[in-house]
Amino acid sequence: MSGALDPTVVNLVVFVLAVFVGYHVIWNVTPALHTPLMSVTNAISSVIIVGAILAAGPSEIDFGSALGAVAVGLASVNVAGGFLVTKRMLEMFKKKAPKAETKAEKK
Amino acid sequence: MSANLVALWYLAASVCFILALKGLSSPESARRGNAFGIAGMTIAVVTTLAIVAKGRLDLIIVAMLIGGTIGALVARRVEMTQMPELVAAMHSLVGMAAALIAVAVVNNPGAFGEHDPLPRGNRLELFIGSFVGAITFSGSVIAFGKLAGLGKKFRLFSSAPVVFRGQHALNLALAIVMIGFGTAFFLSGDKGWMPFIVMLGIAFVLGVLIIIPIGGADMPVVISMLNSYSGWAAAGIGFSLNNTMLIIAGSLVGSSGAILSYIMCKAMNRSFFSVIMGGFGAAEGAAADSSQKTVKSGSAEDAAFLLSNAESVVIVPGYGLAVARAQHAVKEMAQKLIAKGVNVRYAIHPVAGRMPGHMNVLLAEAEVPYDQVFEMEDINGELGTVDVALVLGANDVVNPLAHEKGSPIYGMPIIEANKARTVLVNKRSMAAGYAGLDNPLFYMDKTMMVFGDAKKVVEDMVKALE
Repeated sequence: MSGALDPTVVNLVVFVLAVFVGYHVIWNVTPALHTPLMSVTNAISSVIIVGAILAAGPSEIDFGSALGAVAVGLASVNVAGGFLVTKRMLEMFKKKAPKAETKAEKK
Repeated sequence: MSANLVALWYLAASVCFILALKGLSSPESARRGNAFGIAGMTIAVVTTLAIVAKGRLDLIIVAMLIGGTIGALVARRVEMTQMPELVAAMHSLVGMAAALIAVAVVNNPGAFGEHDPLPRGNRLELFIGSFVGAITFSGSVIAFGKLAGLGKKFRLFSSAPVVFRGQHALNLALAIVMIGFGTAFFLSGDKGWMPFIVMLGIAFVLGVLIIIPIGGADMPVVISMLNSYSGWAAAGIGFSLNNTMLIIAGSLVGSSGAILSYIMCKAMNRSFFSVIMGGFGAAEGAAADSSQKTVKSGSAEDAAFLLSNAESVVIVPGYGLAVARAQHAVKEMAQKLIAKGVNVRYAIHPVAGRMPGHMNVLLAEAEVPYDQVFEMEDINGELGTVDVALVLGANDVVNPLAHEKGSPIYGMPIIEANKARTVLVNKRSMAAGYAGLDNPLFYMDKTMMVFGDAKKVVEDMVKALE
């Protein structure tokens, strides 16, 4: 063995392990929450915004940083929209039990 | 900030994303999970902003504010029936962002801490990330159009499959040419603009061509598939930027979408390959041959009488229920029945809505308590002991032909409403479902059909129950 580790190999290691984690975590998601799962994964894949921020980062504005800024905007729509709509949906799945109890007490 | 510190913060964000998905294993923990997701995203964004702190922060913040405001407004206003469209639109944004970032990387690798011109090792991944991103974008735009019902204005968005001769040969040829240009980009010594842009252009066209032949009935699979693509695109960009957090987040999303596609295919008894090849659902709405057989039909009042005398009722909602916006009326009816001492449960088929889990959200919106809502496999065993199965706007998912060898839907998992002592079916007409098949359930002796719009019929039932 000789030479430095190629970053691509490190990336591949991370990638394969992450797919395994994803596989096991996702099979545990209850089918009732598959729609919120899609909206939250949408928000999570928008973490691509970090790439967009780096692209928009350089102090002189050129073609590349302009594209980066547009990408930041697009990804931000998803970040905000994805998490908020997921939150809105999950609120609906709140147990209505406390309300029912108060009704029962009145009776 | 040192590179090590950045990597550690990114690690924290990655762990948060995993916890966000883990939380979705039950409705109780799901909201905490979402909070983890938000925390992870905040860490990721703030850390990255710190890296570029000396650059054009103003530009970035303005872009974030504009995008964030639009996203927040949409999230607040969107109707739950429109969730599939929203999700498709959001996939397209991820895809577009990936493609734009890829172009920016080719333009100025230095901004990402890479050598200029980009080293070969990163080019392959950039190629993969950008073409998957481009396909995700244009494919999702078509899926959005199909879901939003824009087919009347633009034929490309038609919910019926758009098919033409030599379609698959054309797609294959384009894919090969695209890979050819990708390879040229990989091998070129300079920036490789020409092959990169041509490759990206072909990918955009391919995205359109891949999705147009897929019919409306297969939309749950398509959305899941595009969900998966958007994840792989993010992972690909992560590879080319050597950013492990992006790789982890992308892989999580990619495998999530892949698993959902698998679940949807299985629920529709379709192979993934046949969905991709498209053309299914062309016979949409074709009337089934029912001239020889007679059905028993009754009024909403008759149905209400049967329901109120039952001990246990299972409601099988289909997408027709959501189209008629009858969820609230159904919930009201269920409450009336529960007040009379009837045991009411809901049975949900995995493809009851237009996307995975859609029907659960629609019922939750109508404030149906989720402990009354059961998945198909959890309730099928008990349907034999149920007095009344009430099928509302569902057809193929309760078709007993699925148990008969030789039928086109043989093997498809169904909700076994036919096992209940009495079956009530509400439909607008005798038209066949997406599969274009007649449904023997409607002709059984114990079945009573209640024709009419789901909302009107259920409201009449509520009145009759009073």
